[in-house]
Amino acid sequence: MNLLDTVLRCVATLVVFLVFPLVIGQTEHKVMAHMQGRLGPMYAGGFHGWAQLVADGVKFAQKEDIVPAGADRRIFQLAPAVSLLPYLFVLLAIPIGPDGFVGQAIDAGLFFVLAVMGVGVIGKLMAGWASANKFSLLGGLRTAAQLMSYELPMVLAAASVAMAAGTLSLPGIVDAWQWYWLPWQIIGAFVFFTAGLAELQRPPFDMPIADSEIIFGAYTEYTGLRFAFFLLSEYVGILVVSGLTVVLFLGGWHGPLPDQLGWLWTILKTLALSFVVIWLRVTYPRLREDQLMRFAWTVLIPLALVQLALTGIIKVAIS
Amino acid sequence: MSGAALLAATGSLEPAARSFLSPTGVEIVFLLVGIGVLGSAVVAVTTRQLVHAALWLVVALGGLAIEFLLLTAEFIAWVQVLIYLGSVVVLVLFGLMLTKAPIGRSPDADSGNRWVALVVALASAGTLVTLVVDAFRTSWIGLGSGGGSAAVTGASLFRTWVLPFEALSVLLLAALVGAIVLSRGSKRRVPAPRAGKLRAGRPVGSNGTVAATAPRPAAPAAPAPSTSEQEG
Repeated sequence: MNLLDTVLRCVATLVVFLVFPLVIGQTEHKVMAHMQGRLGPMYAGGFHGWAQLVADGVKFAQKEDIVPAGADRRIFQLAPAVSLLPYLFVLLAIPIGPDGFVGQAIDAGLFFVLAVMGVGVIGKLMAGWASANKFSLLGGLRTAAQLMSYELPMVLAAASVAMAAGTLSLPGIVDAWQWYWLPWQIIGAFVFFTAGLAELQRPPFDMPIADSEIIFGAYTEYTGLRFAFFLLSEYVGILVVSGLTVVLFLGGWHGPLPDQLGWLWTILKTLALSFVVIWLRVTYPRLREDQLMRFAWTVLIPLALVQLALTGIIKVAIS
Repeated sequence: MSGAALLAATGSLEPAARSFLSPTGVEIVFLLVGIGVLGSAVVAVTTRQLVHAALWLVVALGGLAIEFLLLTAEFIAWVQVLIYLGSVVVLVLFGLMLTKAPIGRSPDADSGNRWVALVVALASAGTLVTLVVDAFRTSWIGLGSGGGSAAVTGASLFRTWVLPFEALSVLLLAALVGAIVLSRGSKRRVPAPRAGKLRAGRPVGSNGTVAATAPRPAAPAAPAPSTSEQEG
C-alpha cells in the first residue's frame, strides 16, 4: 500500500463521513414530515423542502458560539470533537465491497470498531461535566450509564458473529457469511441493532437527552457549530451502526448483483436500516430511565448470551 | 503475553547486529510517544483539578495503546482501548463526578503521603527498568507485521498460557463475588421491606412519611420477626 493509495482511502472515508450523515438527516426530515404530518420542513426551497438542511446548516453556522462563564473552558470546547472523531475512525474500518474496498483492512477490525466507539462516552461525560450546570451533569451521567449498559450486549452479540465466522476481521466475516446465518444469528442481530440504537441515544432510547424533560441532557449549554457537531455525531452514528449491522449480520455485499456491484448492496442495506432507525423514532414512545436500564440488563444481555450459546452449539455440530 | 506471542512469531532472540545510534522511524515515533505518555502521566498525578487528572490518564492510556500498536501487538492495543479507555476511565470519571468534582482547583487534592508515594513509584520504576534491561540486554527482536495479531495472541494464550489464564479468571470471579458480598453485607441487618408494602414499623402520624422512606439508622442486635414489625 503506497502513499497515494492511503491518501485516497482516507479522502474517500472523509467524503463518506461528510456526505452520508447529511443524506440521512435529510431523509429524516422528509420521513418524519410524512409520517407525522409535519408541514414545517416541507417549505424551504420549494419542492418537498429540499433546502431545509441547507437552512439548518446556515442557522447553526451563524449562531454565536457561547461558553458559559463558570464552565471549564477547554474541556467544554474539546468535548464535541472527542464525541465525533471516534465515528470517523470507525468508518475507516467498515468494508463496503469485496477485494479491499475498505478504508483500512484491520486484522482485529471488529475489536477495533467496538473499542473506538466506546471512547465516545468520554466526550459526552466531558460535555456534561464541563458545562457547570447540574442538568447537564445529570444528563452526562445518565448518558454514560446508558452507554456502559448497552455496550455489553453489543459486544456479546458481536462476539457471536466472530465465533461463527472464526475471524475478527470485518471483511473476513462478510466473506464467511452464508444465507443460513440470517435465521441463525437473528437474535444477535436484534440485540446488536437495538443496543446500537441505544448507544446513539436515538428515540425510543433518548431519555438522557430528552429535550422536553431535561432540556437537552449533556448538550444543554452548547450552541452553534459545537451543538451541530453533537448532532452530526448522532447521524454518523446512525450510519456506523446500520453499516456494522449490515456487515455483521445481513451479509454486507452478498446479494443478487455480481460482485463488482457489491458495494451497491452494502449501501442500499445500510440506507434501508437507517430508514428503520428513523421509522422507530417516529413510531415509538420514549422509554423511562429505569425501563431503559431494565431492558438492557434483563432482556438484551440474556438474549445475547442465548445467542452466544446457540452459536457455540451449532458451530460444534457443524465442524 | 504479547512478548511471548512476539517470540513465538519471530523465533529466538538474536544478538544486536544494529547500533542504537541509527534508529528507524518507528523507533523515533515510539520514543516520542513514550515521552508523551510519561508527561501526561506526570501531569495526571500532579494536577489539582480532579477531572483533569482523569482526562490526562485517558491521554496516557491512549498513548500506551499507540505504543502497543508500534510493537505490532494490534489486538492488545484494541483491548487496551476497549477496557481502559472505554470502561475503567469512564467509571473513574463517573465516580468523580458523582461524588466531588468541582470545576477548578481542589486545594485538598494533595495528599500528605506524596513523598512516600514518589519514593515507592521511583523504586518500582527502577526495579522494572533494571529487570527489563537485564533480561533483554543486547537482544534484538525483529518486529514483523502480524507478530502480535489476534490469531497469534489467542494461540499463545490458549495453548501455552492457558493455566495462568484460567487462574486469573478464577481470581477475577472471586473478586466479583467478594464485591457483591461486601456491598450486600451492610444491608443484611436491616429487614428488607417486602414488595408492595411500604409501611414501616413506627406508627404513621408523627413521622410516618420519614420512617417509610429512610432506612432505619441503628438496627437492633436481635431483630424482631419482620412480619410483626411490618404489621406495626
